[in-house]
Amino acid sequence: METPEQIRDRILARFPGSSVAMVLNPGPAAQHSLLLGADHAREIAEFLRDDPALRLDFCSNVSGVDWLDREIVETTKIPTPGPVAGPAMVAEQRTRRLQPGYLEAVYHLYSMELRHGPVILRLRTANRKDQVALPSLTPVWRSCEFQEREVFDLFGIVFSGHPDLRRILMWDEFKDHPMRKDYVEPDDYEWEPTPHGDVLAKAKRHYPASPPAAAAKGEPKP
Amino acid sequence: MSVSELPPLSSAPGPHVRAVHDQFHGDLLEVSMGPHHPSTHGVFRMIVTLDGETVVKLKPVFGYLHRNHEKIGENTSYLGSMPYTDRLDYLCSMTNNWSYALAVEKLSGQTVPERAEYLRIILAELTRLLNHTCLAGFLLQDGGASGTPLMYAFREREKILDLFEALSGSRMMCNYQRFGGCRADAPPSWLGAALTLADNYGRFLDEFEKLLTGNEILMARTQGIGRLPARLAVSAGITGPMLRAAGVAYDIRKVDGYGLYPRFDFRVPLGDHGDTYDRYMVRVLEMRESIKILQQALRDIPGGPVMDTKARLRGFRAKPGEVYSRIEGPKGEIGFYLISEGGPNPYRYRVRPPSFVNLTILEDLCLGHSIADTVVILGSIDIVLGEVDR
Repeated sequence: METPEQIRDRILARFPGSSVAMVLNPGPAAQHSLLLGADHAREIAEFLRDDPALRLDFCSNVSGVDWLDREIVETTKIPTPGPVAGPAMVAEQRTRRLQPGYLEAVYHLYSMELRHGPVILRLRTANRKDQVALPSLTPVWRSCEFQEREVFDLFGIVFSGHPDLRRILMWDEFKDHPMRKDYVEPDDYEWEPTPHGDVLAKAKRHYPASPPAAAAKGEPKP
Repeated sequence: MSVSELPPLSSAPGPHVRAVHDQFHGDLLEVSMGPHHPSTHGVFRMIVTLDGETVVKLKPVFGYLHRNHEKIGENTSYLGSMPYTDRLDYLCSMTNNWSYALAVEKLSGQTVPERAEYLRIILAELTRLLNHTCLAGFLLQDGGASGTPLMYAFREREKILDLFEALSGSRMMCNYQRFGGCRADAPPSWLGAALTLADNYGRFLDEFEKLLTGNEILMARTQGIGRLPARLAVSAGITGPMLRAAGVAYDIRKVDGYGLYPRFDFRVPLGDHGDTYDRYMVRVLEMRESIKILQQALRDIPGGPVMDTKARLRGFRAKPGEVYSRIEGPKGEIGFYLISEGGPNPYRYRVRPPSFVNLTILEDLCLGHSIADTVVILGSIDIVLGEVDR
């Protein structure tokens, strides 16, 4: 099978306006991936599926990844003139910059016809808050249908062009996205409004609360 | 009113069955089947729209067993997730363990001793036998053969579970594999018992098939029912026996050749029609191939350690990087996608569940069939809700 670099070059030759970048994997597995720009992602996916040398007809796995904002500290060494007739000195300058977080959808593709793989695609949202839309690849590979619904449910990536984008594992009324790294679980999962709450509120109004000082001392009520 | 204009059923008051008038088809009936229906193999719900007895729309609803397994995996050490993978597909804990162990080994570049590789193959093939036996029993139960085939299947399953218990201490939640090998060595008596089981299993299959494979009622209920075209199967990411019943020769044991599978001589059975009968038959034939693998493995297993001496379990940390690793589980491709940032926990822990993805085409298979057939079709997909809901 072609290396990811060759695939990237062929995509760039086929779609000149697209953005494709390599994401290197430093681990021993060395499964490098291709980062696609969202605007041409579906055309590129169709190309990868139909290209006779690749024939990536099987999208095995779709997973979301949440990358938080992180502060990156870069240290640069600046040579400075030392004292007269002494050794040259090096001053360290630290710069901090904030790398904004994003949500990522990772697709692992294989070819059942040519029996190779995986080719890994990554799509990234602009940020984690309001621009969380990505093109859905369900029209290209049907196997993304439930898996993209799951990523939408648990990570909150909105896949535009998905035929039936609903929550799949959490219940429909659920508000948050639990797989996000900054998710805080509610204290009372099971709370829902019941008539019982109204009855309690009415009872509170009916019986005036006993004065706290008297209750604390344990004096008998009049 | 057409079917697509119906409001969602969950908002409707009263019993979850109602009639909808349609000017061409008369009354359509929307039925909520499950989540507590004996044929749904767990807490699984299907919202089925019926025209008479024919299914015109079917929406699966699940997540009742959801406990966010992946989030728990991110907050647990690498070793701590191993017993928890048992609970994914609780019939096949040995293959779940293997898939996870293989992913961590690839993430950290570890090696496994040869005896441990043999033991893993033996346990994976025993798991395949046990899963397919259960499935055949359940499928016939769903088809109306109440009790007897299921009990025959469970009698054999219990023999395999006895072997698992002898080796790992637990029947179903085995927690046996480790990254770098296996937790405990198998004594010669265990290997002898496993070989006896493998030698006798063919006779059980003969008996089972004599009762069922040519059975007229089984054939009437399954042949031509739930036909899955090969193109759709590939596009929908169907894996395992379901894919091979549709005629696509794709077995990860052959394609990836993980473990020591390239050393073994076995064939990959394929179906012709992709219907429910083929899915049953492919599994029966796969069991016969598994017996062959077991006999070879138990004959050739070498001596030596079962754990890599350099392997570190407690306080394990992987180098930064990521990996996707998969094996051929009894239900299909079970894979793990791990991202490490160098810490004691994985940054991302993703399970690729085979029966969750295989459920994608449930509606396509059931459209146009009767409501009784959806039960058989669902049975032939072979789902376990512990894995679907995670």
